[in-house]
Formats: sequence, structure tokens, C-alpha cells
Amino acid sequence: MADYAHPEMLVSTQWVADNAADPKVRIVEVDVDTAAYNEGHPPGAIAWAWNTQLCDTLRRDILPRDQFEFLMNAAGISRGSTVIVYGDNNNWFAAWAFWQMKMYGHPDVRIMNGGRKKWLAEGRELSKDASEVTASGGYSASGPDNSLRAFLPQVRAAHDTRASAMVDVRSPQEFTGEILAPPGLPETCQRGGHIPGARSIPWGKACNEDGTFKSFDDLKQLYGGEGIDGSRPVIAYCRIGERSSHTWFVLKYLLGLSNVTNYDGSWTEWGNLVGAPVEKGAAQSVARA
Amino acid sequence: MNPQNYSEQILVVEGWQVRLTTYQLGDTWHSKADNVSPGASLARMTGATRDEAEQKALERARQLLGRTQRRAV
Repeated sequence: MADYAHPEMLVSTQWVADNAADPKVRIVEVDVDTAAYNEGHPPGAIAWAWNTQLCDTLRRDILPRDQFEFLMNAAGISRGSTVIVYGDNNNWFAAWAFWQMKMYGHPDVRIMNGGRKKWLAEGRELSKDASEVTASGGYSASGPDNSLRAFLPQVRAAHDTRASAMVDVRSPQEFTGEILAPPGLPETCQRGGHIPGARSIPWGKACNEDGTFKSFDDLKQLYGGEGIDGSRPVIAYCRIGERSSHTWFVLKYLLGLSNVTNYDGSWTEWGNLVGAPVEKGAAQSVARA
Repeated sequence: MNPQNYSEQILVVEGWQVRLTTYQLGDTWHSKADNVSPGASLARMTGATRDEAEQKALERARQLLGRTQRRAV
């Protein structure tokens, strides 16, 4: 079985248990449900809330650089720190944090394979105590590295020329237009469907039942079967850009595709645009896309 | 403290799949309902028993899922 392109981007739950007390290591929980951390977390872990600390809370954007630097300093993270992110639901929002840390050039950030789910299922120790952190100072970010991100003009061009492959990682029902948002969540777009030509590969297919990532061979088959093989640049999108940051991680670091971007504007941008082309129903065959 | 009695089950609520994740931490049972795809949390509840925590989570999930509209494609 082939190994991942960058296996060093993952650590195991055991690695976290063994290294959480290392002052050079910072463990960060990033959950979909920001209340999860308070139920209990691996000793020493801190938490970031995706909806207040990992985005610009005024305009729709990623965290501004100065606020990113503030977040790193408050978390006691220096440029030399090894940061391990993990979270609930197969590391969904942990990948969102990972993507932003790469946007701002943090040298050593990794994901705990299996996330919170695996930690709980293994019966590992949980603490309810807020972890004590000594704030650092002087964190200086680089970037943002927009080569990791797709903006609307690039997506429009990709649609027009088909020079890039697009992967819609939402659920099949969101892709077809049957629903406008995941079940139980507020609708945030005016139209349902997908960007014409996009392939439908729900993000969660990249994970095993225990929350860990599927093997290189399985991932290669999953994405390659839909024409996502690195022969063209890839743009991943979802509803607000977090599920697609997970797929971005898989394609870039586990499969090793060189040109992958995350369109974080995603369907809440495209599905609200006046005049933007929309396709409903199932995807066309790979050959016609 | 270590979590015990971790379990996951998939149910159908208001026509939608729901994953109910439950575990015990000390004397408290924690139960979370999510919408499976993508797995967004719908409810997170606690109780003195597994059943109490799960029923509270399912009830909240039922309220939210009942609002989801299906459209013709």
C-alpha cells in the first residue's frame, strides 16, 4: 500500500497523548460545535472557535493577518511551535484552521488523525480544565498565500474554460439542488444546485468510520475515478469553504496534487450571484464534464 | 476522567438521517445529534441516564429537521 504524499502532516492520537506536555507543541481543538471542548478535551489542549476566532467577524473573509498574529500570540504559539489541530466530525473544522495556518505560512502544523471522535472512542483522558497558556509575543505571519485560495474570478474562468477541475464536496442532495443547506441548518443561498461541470465527491468520503483518513490507494481511487488526478488544477468548494478545506488538505497533502485551491466563497457566493450559471440534478459523466 | 460507553447510532428523524453519539463522563451522559451529511451538530444534551440525554438531543434535532424543505429537482 502506498503511503501518503506527506504523511508527516498527520499525527496519531497516541502521539498527542505522548507529546501534549512538550512546550514546543500546542494542541488546538477546533469543532463544528464550539461547545464540545467544554465537555472535556485532551489535557493541555486549547480551543479556537471557528465562527469568532477563525474568520473576519465584520466582513466575509478569513482572519486578517494582524488578528491571526494576535491569535497565535494569545495561544502561546511561536513560529517554531508544532501546532496540532483536531476536532469533531472527522476534523472538519480542524482542516479549516489548518488551511488558514498554511495561508499565513506557519511552518509546522499537523492534524491529529481521527480527531475528537477517535480520542473519545479510544476512551482517552479528558480534562475539563481550561489549559493554562503563557502568551507569546512577536508572532510574525507571512502571506496570506493566495495560491491556496480561489476567488470568484478564478472560479468563473474555470467554469468558462474548463481548464481546472472543480470538486463540489457537499452532500448529494445539496449538489442536485434538492436542499439549499444541510438538513436542520439555515438556508443561505437563493438557488440550489451546483457549478456546471463540477464533480460531486462529498468530503466525508475521504474518511473511515473511525474518523481517520482513508488510505492513499483508496483516496486515489475515490478522486481519480471522478477525473481528479492532478492532470489539471483543482478547485474545491462546498457551502462556506470549510468542508472544502478538508478536501483541499486531502488532495494537497495526502494525495500530493500540486495545484489545489479552496474556493471559500463557495455556494453561498455562487448560489447568490445574479446571472451565474447553475446546474441541477446529478453530475454529468466524467467524459462530458 | 475518561469517557466510557461511547456509542454511535444512525436513526431517521423527520425523514433525515441523524447520528446520535453518546458517552458517559463521570456521572453525566452526553449525547450529540448531528445530521450525518455533513455531520453538523444539531443538538448537544446531557442527562443523568443515557436515555434522558439521547431523548433530549433527538427532540431538539426533530425540531430543527422539521424545518428543512425538499425541493423538486
